[in-house]
Amino acid sequence: MALLEVKDLEAQYGWTKVLHGVSFDVEEGGITTILGANGAGKTTTLRAVCGMVKTRGGVRFDGRSIAGRATEDVVRLGIAHVPEGRGTFVNLTVEENLRLGAYARSRGGSLAEDLQTAYKYFPVLAERRAQLAGTLSGGEQQMLAVARGLMLRPRLLLLDEPSLGLAPLVVREIFRIVRTINQEQRVSVLLVEQNAAMALRLADRAYLMETGRVVMSGSAAELREHDTVRRAYLGY
Amino acid sequence: MDILIQQVVSGLATGGIYGSVALALVMIYQATDVVNYAQGEMAMFSTYLAWTMLNAGVPYWLAFAATLVVSFVLGVAIERIVIRPVEGAPVLTIVIVCIGLLVILNSVAGWIYSYIQKPFPSPFPPKPIRVGNIYFGAHDIGALAVTLLVLAGLYVFFRFTTLGLAMRAAAQNPVSSRLCGIRVGWMLAIGWGLAALVGAVAGMMVAPIVFLDPNMMAGILIYAFASATLGGFTSPGGAVLGGLIVGVIENLAGTYVHFIGTELKLTVALALILIVLLVRPSGLFGRAAIHRV
Repeated sequence: MALLEVKDLEAQYGWTKVLHGVSFDVEEGGITTILGANGAGKTTTLRAVCGMVKTRGGVRFDGRSIAGRATEDVVRLGIAHVPEGRGTFVNLTVEENLRLGAYARSRGGSLAEDLQTAYKYFPVLAERRAQLAGTLSGGEQQMLAVARGLMLRPRLLLLDEPSLGLAPLVVREIFRIVRTINQEQRVSVLLVEQNAAMALRLADRAYLMETGRVVMSGSAAELREHDTVRRAYLGY
Repeated sequence: MDILIQQVVSGLATGGIYGSVALALVMIYQATDVVNYAQGEMAMFSTYLAWTMLNAGVPYWLAFAATLVVSFVLGVAIERIVIRPVEGAPVLTIVIVCIGLLVILNSVAGWIYSYIQKPFPSPFPPKPIRVGNIYFGAHDIGALAVTLLVLAGLYVFFRFTTLGLAMRAAAQNPVSSRLCGIRVGWMLAIGWGLAALVGAVAGMMVAPIVFLDPNMMAGILIYAFASATLGGFTSPGGAVLGGLIVGVIENLAGTYVHFIGTELKLTVALALILIVLLVRPSGLFGRAAIHRV
């Protein structure tokens, strides 16, 4: 059984329907990616999983239905959502941002220990722990966002476009850390990306979305080799 | 010189009260982007509750503590029942709801307690405190001490507790807060409760000076607006400091500028609001609000 099962998910903003029955699975312990162009509905899919938009359809986490639940309650089940744009609390310090990440976690353990873990993965945050988060660079804020998600001790980490607006070198660094976290903390990852080349290198399963529908799925290797994907999304 | 020091200290005492009400305004403004025009009437109502308990023979500090608890609960209830339904409505709607609340609280207080002024006791001895050759009103010193104690308590709460941190987060970034599992609606309600509590302290400290009646907070609220504007509506510490400055300016202007006297004191506050808005709209310590459109 998959950790997250999404079936026939529909979502709309006002009168405009943006998801037309999306189905996909996230396997426990794996990294799954959803690819697609701007406006394909990737972000909405993640938001729908977290109860941030009105939806219809089935969302099951660990076998339990979570469709229609409030965001705060979904988070409490161990789903950490790192939103597009990073969602930094710019007027709070780096360490306060991290403490907020641990606010709702259901699994116990010491806060100090988790801060150490977060700082181990992102040493630059340790250097800046007393600084206001708004003064960090874009890459550092993205690291802070991932670290904040990690503080929940999540079972599932949802990453929305972590590469957005960052230099390629920084993106590579962040993806490397995500892989390490996935292996060491045994956190399943659902990654939504426009940067298909990077995402396919990181993930083991992939889905391709176009205008609110899943149009292709398979292992990351399969999608990498697929002609259409190569031409339209990888650019060679 | 003696008169100057006396006037400064008594200015600080009333300034602390203005600062408290200003802080209550700023707390709600930061969390919900709304100026709570009913803040003064909520404080007045709390003070009447304290008066009722004192009249029934409850010892002062017990009545004081009970009033804080009841005010907190009422503040939470007001947010849940009156403000919650208009959450997300245009600002004008919420402003009108707040003004409606003001009128209702005012008339209910008048209906229950009548509009006749009542004396309200001070917990501090009537004998002035003498330092060298200068005499200070014991109530002035005591009120200043109580106010500062409450403010220090709030500072510790917001700075060092997890709930305080969550409330600051909810005020700044509700979407991210929900993703951290924070129940934003309740954080706002607790904010209203705390604002009501701070207002209650201000009401009980100012009532011995201005006497208790349903309109007693009208003037104070204007001073509080002046304080919050001066310090910056986005800065809690600035609002308190603004209150202290306004209190001192008000007293000094009344004493040393002869045509102002006691009659034009309130005008000083309004002039101050105008000057700050013209010269430095974000206040001394505020940040200019930048909205991306």
